[in-house]
Formats: sequence, structure tokens, C-alpha cells
Amino acid sequence: MSNNIKFLQGNEACAEGALYAGLDFFSGYPITPSTEIAEHLSINLPKVGGKYLQMEDEIGAMCAIIGASLTGHKVMTATSGPGFSLKQEAIGYAVMAEIPCVVVNVQRGGPSTGNPTHVSQGDVNQARWGTHGDHSIITLTASNHQDVFAMTVEAFNLAETYRTPVILLFDEVVGHMREKLVMPEQDEIPLVGRLRTDCKEGVDYHPYLPREDGRLPMSDFGGSHRYNVTGLYHDMWGFPTDKPEAVRELCRHLVDKIENNVHSITRFKEYYLDDARTIFISYGSAARPTLHMVESRRRRGERLGLLELQTLWPFPAGLIREKCADARYIVVVEMNMGQIVREVKMAVKSPENVFLANRIDGELITPVDIRKFLRIIQGKGA
Amino acid sequence: MEDKNYIRERFFPHIWCPGCGHGIVLNNLLRAIEQLKLKKNEIVMTSGIGCSSRISGYVDFHTLHTIHGRALAFATGVKLSRPELKLIVPMGDGDALAIGGNHFIHAARRNIDITAIIMNNRIYGMTGGQFSPLSGYGTRATTAPYTNIDHDFDVVELAKAAGASFVARTTTYHVKEMADILKQAILHKGFSAVEVMSQCPTYFGRKNRLGDAVDMMEHYKNSTVRVGSKKIEKNPDLIERGVFVEKESPEYCSEYDKIIQKAMGTSA
Repeated sequence: MSNNIKFLQGNEACAEGALYAGLDFFSGYPITPSTEIAEHLSINLPKVGGKYLQMEDEIGAMCAIIGASLTGHKVMTATSGPGFSLKQEAIGYAVMAEIPCVVVNVQRGGPSTGNPTHVSQGDVNQARWGTHGDHSIITLTASNHQDVFAMTVEAFNLAETYRTPVILLFDEVVGHMREKLVMPEQDEIPLVGRLRTDCKEGVDYHPYLPREDGRLPMSDFGGSHRYNVTGLYHDMWGFPTDKPEAVRELCRHLVDKIENNVHSITRFKEYYLDDARTIFISYGSAARPTLHMVESRRRRGERLGLLELQTLWPFPAGLIREKCADARYIVVVEMNMGQIVREVKMAVKSPENVFLANRIDGELITPVDIRKFLRIIQGKGA
Repeated sequence: MEDKNYIRERFFPHIWCPGCGHGIVLNNLLRAIEQLKLKKNEIVMTSGIGCSSRISGYVDFHTLHTIHGRALAFATGVKLSRPELKLIVPMGDGDALAIGGNHFIHAARRNIDITAIIMNNRIYGMTGGQFSPLSGYGTRATTAPYTNIDHDFDVVELAKAAGASFVARTTTYHVKEMADILKQAILHKGFSAVEVMSQCPTYFGRKNRLGDAVDMMEHYKNSTVRVGSKKIEKNPDLIERGVFVEKESPEYCSEYDKIIQKAMGTSA
């Protein structure tokens, strides 16, 4: 066991998780604070016969992984705010063409060049709505390296299951912090492989005809089935169409395949919710000081609890409603101007009980900060 | 000629206007592929957005119709992940050299084994006739109503400077030459860039009073010469056609295989 303990950065934990999940093609472009993912993979991918491709820009890196996914590979790119903006059109392409891929965004301060070496959680809504057009998307996050590893593996599994891009939304603190990672044993975490068609050569294969269970088996480029892939609305052959019924059906399919499976996609952790009168909801690095504060105040008898979200999108509104049903106060701790708090307000019965505790200056929010917010919310003064 | 075998008839008729040069390019590309006896399953055609990019839908290969300007980036991912596949990337001049200019020069620099075909009709046709980076100074377009003050550049010179190991130019008039050049380009190991001057009578021709498709093709006949021709000394305005660069140069995917060997500790 001790041989499997590593002391590393969150970015490296992500790269290790990706390798565990079977990543064999990565394409990226240098950007702070995600660069270590590319560096780690440029060293370790070729050791297992995989490919590391440094493209001329962020857009090209996103496009290249889509191309490599179509030949049957597990693919990933990693970036940060400005690069995530640049990738949005191609992310939309992967949504429309239903290409499994994983996109890591290690968040830094924005907008624009912003605060490159400092933490932020300002891209939560961009992960959901960054590309144009109606669609749905899966976004996962994590607050510690063990979970970064696990969520990265999950991201690959969900990308294959739902034939969709999955966003891994980490942040600068988690990405650059060093802590322990216990490497899971082989087979300890189940892996989802590519679902390939069993259509024989010469039999018509429809790349965009869902099976009864909603999944769409794929066929690798270079294999025996030749078909068209496009970012236009398309029919079951993958050929462009603007027929209203085909457009409506595909749009619904792209949204429903994710929104109808919120329950299966939702990952979360809960701490002390059983008796909590005040429930904190947090995610990513902000969940760490929140948990610290919750535990230290519980020792003084305060009935506080924490719901840590790991799936941000599709938003687990049902989970929030259920867990927060008896809470007097619901406090969302996040490092932005209030992106998840809006979703929480829409999810719960009494939105007037929902408050935001945030920090937006590039520094990690502290237990003292959160405690101050709580005192104000409780009417006890700062 | 068994062109029909390579065509997805189900998806016809095509979108191109009467007189468009792109059909001639498609015809000669399929001719080249047939003469090379390539298997359909080993060809991946990747394209971006524009009239020319619709070629990919019409042919019975693995086809990837992507986003504007990025076809070469997608193709790079396909090629590096499965180097045994043949990558053919038809692009328009705007697609390849305006929005996609960066990918073009870097694919050339990397010398990855992809065949890029730039179907240069000097206009954005699909959106209705706006000037492109190759329209040239003094031309007219729907967005250059008072004439165009943007200078064009020479695709061949750009590709050469960027490091492409095969560079050629031909026109839709010179069909035999086009098929031969495309064959050479596909066979070449490394990045090959082929500019095909292709007429757009609907927009570029009409806006610039160049006559119909036949007139425009006749102009290709009269305004171009084979590379190295003496005629160009008397008339420097003539445009050269033919193969400008064909050199052996380390190919990206082969080089990456060496990286894998180094990383695995199995290289000599």
C-alpha cells in the first residue's frame, strides 16, 4: 500500500487519474495554472504508448482531441479561463457530434487575462453555457487530490456513457496544492470503455440512431463503417438536415440524454447533515475551509453541516431540495459573485433562506471569512 | 472511371452553383484516389466550413465536417492518433488562410502527413460573396463595394516558408495536371499543400465582371504557365503552376514514434 502513496500537485493527480482511466491521447497548449497537467502527460503518455500533442493554440488542441476520439481513443485537453473561452466553439461541436472527450479547466481569476496565478471559481456558468445554442453538459469538480483523481476517472466514464464532452472544473488552489494521493489499485475503480457497434461490415450502421437504452454505439474512424460527422443538425446517418422534426428531435436528445440522468450523474459528499440547522453548500477548494469551519464550530455545539457538490452540471436540484428541506439557513460558499447560489435558490422551497458567502480577491476563502458571513446571516454582527 | 463507387449518391444533389469549380476538384480528387487504388476505409476526409468543405459529405470515406478554419487541427488529431490513415483536407481560401491560417502554417511546420487542398475561389461563397484574404487588391465583393484595399498573399510562398514538404498549384482548367498533382500530394509523406484555383462565377466572377465559368476557366488557361516557363520573363504577371517543393523531411507521426521509443527506453 505504502508504495502507492504519492505526494503531488492536484494537476498531477488529475493527469494520473486520466492515465488510470485509459487516456491515450492528450492535446494542449501552455496556460497557467493548468500547465503541469500537460507537462506530466508529455512525460508519462509516451511511456505507455500514448500521444501528447502540443498544438498551436487552445482551439486547435480541442479540435485535435475530437479527431483522436473518433479513431477510438480516450482523449483529454487541459486549460484555464482564457483557453476555456477559446475552446467553446469546439466544445459545442463535440456536444453536437456526440464525441466523448474530457476538458479540464483549472480556474483562475477572470474575466480576460484576469488573475492568472490566483484562485477563482468564476467559470461555473461558463462551463454550463459557454458554447452557443441549447445543449446540456456534464461538469465535475473536486476539493482534494483523492477526489481529483476519482472525478477525473468519473469524467472519462461519463464521457463514454453519454457520448459527450465532460468538463472537469478544478481551481488554482487544488491544482497547485501538494498533498497525499493514494493511488487506487488496478480495477479498484470501474472503467467504462468505448461502446462500439456490433454491426457487421456491409450492414448499414447508423452512427446517430440511439439504442433502446438511449446510448449510441460508435465505430472507429478507419474501421469498416464509413459515416459522416458534422456540427450541423443531422439525421441518423450523420448527414446534414434542417427538417424541423429532425432538428427538434436531435436538440431534445442532446439535452434529455443528460438532464434525464441527473440522478446517475450526481456525485456529492455530505458532512453532518443529519442534525444540521445551517447547511453549507460548497465545492472545489472552497469546500476545504468550509469543512474546517463546520467541524471546529460543531465542537462548540453549533449544528452545522456541509454538502459538498462534485457534480455541478447537470445541477442536482432534487438533491439540494431534499438535503436542505429542514435547514434554517443555507449558505453557499464559492469564490465568485454567486453562480451556484442562484441555482440553489431556484432549487429550494424557501429561497429567502439561501445566502452567499464568497471571496473574489484571488485568495482562498478562510474559515474566519465564512464564520463572519455566518454571524451576519444569523444577525449576530460581524 | 468508377467515380460512382466513391460517391454517397443518397446525399445528392450537391449544393454547388452551376459553373462552380469545386465539382471539378472533387472529380479529379476521386480520379487520383482511384488511380492510387486506395481503400475507402483508409481515407479520412476532414473539412471545415464553406462551399468547398461540403465535399466531405458527398464522398464515401470516413468524413469529418467540422468548424470554420479548424479542419487541419481535427485532422492532426485523427492522423497522430492513427498514423496509418490517409488524411485529405479540402478547404476554401477563407477557411484555410483567414480563420484557419494559423493551423495551416503550423501543420506545414510540423510536417504531419496530411494532404491539404486549398480550393481558391478568392471569395466567401457560402455567405454570399464577401472578400477573402485571397481576393486581392482592387477586386470587388459584397463587402468591398468601393474596391478591396486588402492585399492577398501567395499560398505557395506561404506554404513553402512555413515548411510544407510538398507544395503545388494547379487550376480547374488543367484537369489532367490536377489529378497528377493530387496523386503526388497524397503519396507524399509529409505535409502537402495543393492550391487549386477554382472559379466562383456566381460571386467573384459576377462582382468582378469576369464572365461565366467558361470565361473564368479560359482565363486560368491564359494567365498561368508551367513552373519554370520562360514566358514568365516576358510577362511577370503570369502565375506559375506545377510542383514547387517536393522534399524529404522528417514526418511528425514517425518522429513521435521515436519519442515513444525514447520514453519506453527501447530506443538505441
